Amino acid sequence: MAQQTATQEQKYVEAWKTSIAGDSPNVPDSIRTLRESAIARFSELGFPTTRRGNEEWKYTDVRGIASAEYGSLVPSPTNRVVTKTLDQHIMGGSVWNRLVFVDGHWLPELSWLPSLPAEVTVISLAKAMSTEPGLVANDLAQHASYQESGFTALNTAFLQDGALIAVPDNVEIEEPIHLIFLSSGNGDGSVSHPRTLVTLGAHAKATVIESYGGPVDGPYLTNAVSEFVVGPGAHLETFHLQQHGKQANHIGSKQVKLANDSSFVAGAFDFGGTLSRNTLSVALEGAGSSCNLYGLYMTNDSQHVDNQVLVDHAAPHTTSRQLYKGVLNGHSRGVFHGSITVRQVAQKTDALQMDKNLLLSDDAEADTKPALWIYADDVKCGHGATCGKLDETAMFYLRSRGLDEASARRMLIHAFANEILDNVGLTPLRVHLEQFVTSSLRFEEQQ
Amino acid sequence: MLEIRNLTASVGGNQVLNGINLSIQAGTVHAIMGPNGSGKSTLSNVLAGHPQYIVDGGEVLFDGVDLLAMPPEERARAGIFLCFQHPVEVPGVRMDHFMRAGYNAIHKSHDEEELDPIQFDRILKDKAKIVEIDPLLLKRNVNEGFSGGEKKRNEILQMAMLEPKLSILDEPDSGLDVDSLRIVAEGINQLRSPDKAVLLITHYQRILNYVVPDVVNVLINGRIVRSGGKELAAEIEANGYEGQGEALQPSA
Amino acid sequence: MTTPDSLAQSEYKYGFVTDIEEETAPRGLTEDTIRWISAKKNEPEFMLEWRLRAFKHFMTLVENHQEPKWANVHYPPIDFENGVYYAAPKTNPASLEDVDAEILSTYEKLGIPLEEQKRLAGVAVDAVFDSVSVATTFKETLGKQGIIFGSFADAVQEHPDLVKKYLGSVVPYTDNFYAALNAAVFSDGSFCYIPKGVRCPLELSTYFRINAAESGQFERTLLIADEGSYVSYLEGCSAPMRDTNQLHAAVVELVAMENAEIKYSTIQNWYPGDENGVGGIFNFVTKRAKAAGNNSKISWTQVETGSAITWKYPSVLLQGDNSIGEFYSVALTRGYQQADTGTKMTHIGANSRSKIISKGISAGHGSNTYRGLVKIMPKAANARNFTQCDSLLIGDQCGAHTVPYVEVQNSSAHLEHEAFTSKVSEEQLFYCRQRGMSSEDANSLIINGFCKEVFQQLPFEFAVEATRLLEVSLEGSVG
Repeated sequence: MAQQTATQEQKYVEAWKTSIAGDSPNVPDSIRTLRESAIARFSELGFPTTRRGNEEWKYTDVRGIASAEYGSLVPSPTNRVVTKTLDQHIMGGSVWNRLVFVDGHWLPELSWLPSLPAEVTVISLAKAMSTEPGLVANDLAQHASYQESGFTALNTAFLQDGALIAVPDNVEIEEPIHLIFLSSGNGDGSVSHPRTLVTLGAHAKATVIESYGGPVDGPYLTNAVSEFVVGPGAHLETFHLQQHGKQANHIGSKQVKLANDSSFVAGAFDFGGTLSRNTLSVALEGAGSSCNLYGLYMTNDSQHVDNQVLVDHAAPHTTSRQLYKGVLNGHSRGVFHGSITVRQVAQKTDALQMDKNLLLSDDAEADTKPALWIYADDVKCGHGATCGKLDETAMFYLRSRGLDEASARRMLIHAFANEILDNVGLTPLRVHLEQFVTSSLRFEEQQ
Repeated sequence: MLEIRNLTASVGGNQVLNGINLSIQAGTVHAIMGPNGSGKSTLSNVLAGHPQYIVDGGEVLFDGVDLLAMPPEERARAGIFLCFQHPVEVPGVRMDHFMRAGYNAIHKSHDEEELDPIQFDRILKDKAKIVEIDPLLLKRNVNEGFSGGEKKRNEILQMAMLEPKLSILDEPDSGLDVDSLRIVAEGINQLRSPDKAVLLITHYQRILNYVVPDVVNVLINGRIVRSGGKELAAEIEANGYEGQGEALQPSA
Repeated sequence: MTTPDSLAQSEYKYGFVTDIEEETAPRGLTEDTIRWISAKKNEPEFMLEWRLRAFKHFMTLVENHQEPKWANVHYPPIDFENGVYYAAPKTNPASLEDVDAEILSTYEKLGIPLEEQKRLAGVAVDAVFDSVSVATTFKETLGKQGIIFGSFADAVQEHPDLVKKYLGSVVPYTDNFYAALNAAVFSDGSFCYIPKGVRCPLELSTYFRINAAESGQFERTLLIADEGSYVSYLEGCSAPMRDTNQLHAAVVELVAMENAEIKYSTIQNWYPGDENGVGGIFNFVTKRAKAAGNNSKISWTQVETGSAITWKYPSVLLQGDNSIGEFYSVALTRGYQQADTGTKMTHIGANSRSKIISKGISAGHGSNTYRGLVKIMPKAANARNFTQCDSLLIGDQCGAHTVPYVEVQNSSAHLEHEAFTSKVSEEQLFYCRQRGMSSEDANSLIINGFCKEVFQQLPFEFAVEATRLLEVSLEGSVG
């Protein structure tokens, strides 16, 4: 068993050698060193297991990812993306700023930055490594530690490209920046490691959307890491929109650091893929900082979605809100682990966490673990979780008003999802999400 | 009975009382009227010793003793009762148990007899009639699920049980319908006696039709700007608080 | 107000030592130790074999370092191979009249007089002193209704068939590290069988007392409620103050058949250690009930105020259709106490229902963790669970943690979980003090209110005891 595991990791180590050999001579030594130590760490950590005692991976088994025979571990830059795939992700017409990546590599010909203030830097990481060494050195891989997580180590080891967004002090960006990460699926399954770094200076303001997708059929793996650094008094709103193909696996990790009086909003939407595992880790490091984290996962067939939402209150007067909802159908499984840590210094913390699951099928499963770790006394912390099917009284009420059963179900499921969708203020995104929810409900009815 | 001299106080870092002077004699009912934010609730909380209200200066003597040096329970035992504007809920603690705990603590401090539940219940039931409270309500947790009117009547019931020397009523009329207002007012009137005093804090003149005050004081921006007889209340009712503040300016 | 830093450790009232000659097993844990204990008890072959199997299993766990590490508690490693696993008073009384006067006076001091004229009315007591049961009251009264209540050792002799049938049927020795250790070395405990259709007329109670300085206590309780029967059972415990840690690794197994109900209450007051966290009992206990029959009901109530470390999860396997499982808990940690406690509700039968009410109070440097699992298996149609676990923090050096797990595999299940953590509100305190109560009384009133839902589940006399124990334990912690 151990030997087999070693070979699984070995494939990636071998691929890494090819990858680093192909690095351009412009890549700074610091990045090369980073990649070397990350691959070393990956070899030590390996892929996580569900072994007893490994709490973090208790409900999600990634043996399938570890053992998968992906044909293309180091995909070369390509623009062979079906236009249809991209079209599904385009939002905001000609107004939103957009960067498109395929297999982790930036595609300038599909990118478009119409509405950016001049002071703002939005650039591919590959380019930034030579043109913005300061920004890269200060923050890249400084927040998402590759010491604890095998997947983050793997992403860091393969770090060649990605998105860099840097907003200086007091600059507010009106229009969102939309990052679209697509997998080509080429070569019997591509493995890509998208990377995002967003830094906001003091009192800056921005909205960033990360979309993930790929071909409808065929296997591929996306292993993404994002770092968000929010300066004093700044406000960052982010969205995560995962609409992978049926056989895709997605591993994602987002690390957020919040300075004094800053605020952070994250909306997470997981609809696609076979297995999807997201870690969102928010450190409220500055006094008065706050975050609002919400998410919706809608799954069917044998999909598996796992959201790990970790909030660390490390300063006084910090506030956090978490609300995640799952609509689970078919044989699918929804996992939610929310954790609130309140450190001893974090007096006057106000933290709430909630997970609600709707089980639409007898074979669906929901696993929830909302944890509180509290070391300060003057706090208000709470969490809740509910799980159940559609409310029978409500069903009856709607049907007594003349709705047929299917319409009544659709209406109630939509209403359940709306509590999350209502948080989305960006109209094009809201419309996009509504369309998805409606079409998946229509699909449900046909089954 | 109560002497307030040049009292200044703040809450949450904001100074709210800016030099209150007030003297209350036994047997009298003082009304304090003022608009929102004038410092009415601050004054009542300071007198009762709420730890979040900080006294910055001045003094308060109660029967000649320094009131501000006492913790809240000693003030209660000395005979000060605050009828809360928003009585807090205490989950898991039954109303009658709570009231008996307070009653006995006060009586014990005076070396008076403490009552067992049966004796206490008997008195409580009698007094509950005055404020028309269903005795079953008193078996529920402290203020939990009480309506606005029930909360207020319940505060008056506690006042009737504890028979304080000085009752401070913080807007006992807010949010009450006419029937509840009458019941609350009657409860207060029953407590009037030559050796007791009442400090009635209110925004509106309405309750003063039922509880007729001896003195009406107008509180604006943390200062008492005017004092007068009961007719002052009617004047404010007619003309509002507008302009009352200026009355003080020449002498301030 | 007293600052949390000045938190005084209130005095532990039960810390005295009974001066009595005791016989102990030779130090160490080998196959010979197991044989020695089994021979001491004059056990039939099946018991020795079972113990030896458990021992072998335990030793593999030790070799493979399988001691559980996942709980949120911290302590130095325990040297299992160098412990004393049996201690008992030398005299072996044939009846209550023969019990050593020192032991009788010990129980009297603990508030549980055993002599006939002084007994608590309505409560039958089995008194366990270190490794043996020294006396059981009301044995004959209960016998008339066919109720078997007494020491485990007696049951092994007198009712071997029942023991053989149910021993390990809910907690097999393979269940966990401490269950394996207990199965190998357990010395005594209580055994109870309620026959079909009998409503036990008395509260049954076991009082566990650790006295010997170096031994651990490893008792085992087995309680069977046959069809349509009812029993309310209560256990209490205490130990002398010593500056070394002592291990208490008990196993409790409950079985409720069709339409039967068991109400099991615990007031746990083992020595918690001194104000610097020195000494105290390591309370590593496995308690599990099987609601085996349809319409059966199990209700656990626990008030945990003692022990240096508490590690226990009284659980219910809801096997029968319409079965009910309940868990009511108050856990207090102060000084340097640590508790990681909660429950597991495993819903197997259709329409099974469970309810979890947990109230954690942390003061001083105490660390209090609620850990619970609610699992709905695929066949548990229409299963219901409600969970509420609240924490109260007193002072800024303590910790309160909540780690619930919810696993649902049936879509018709309905679950609700909620938890809140806060300190005693300043507004509530002020309201009480305005009515004349001292701040200590006000705190005590509010904290008792916080625990009320749990205390209400206890038999009346014990509810009073629990309230008092909480007050004594919190003396000096708040103010």
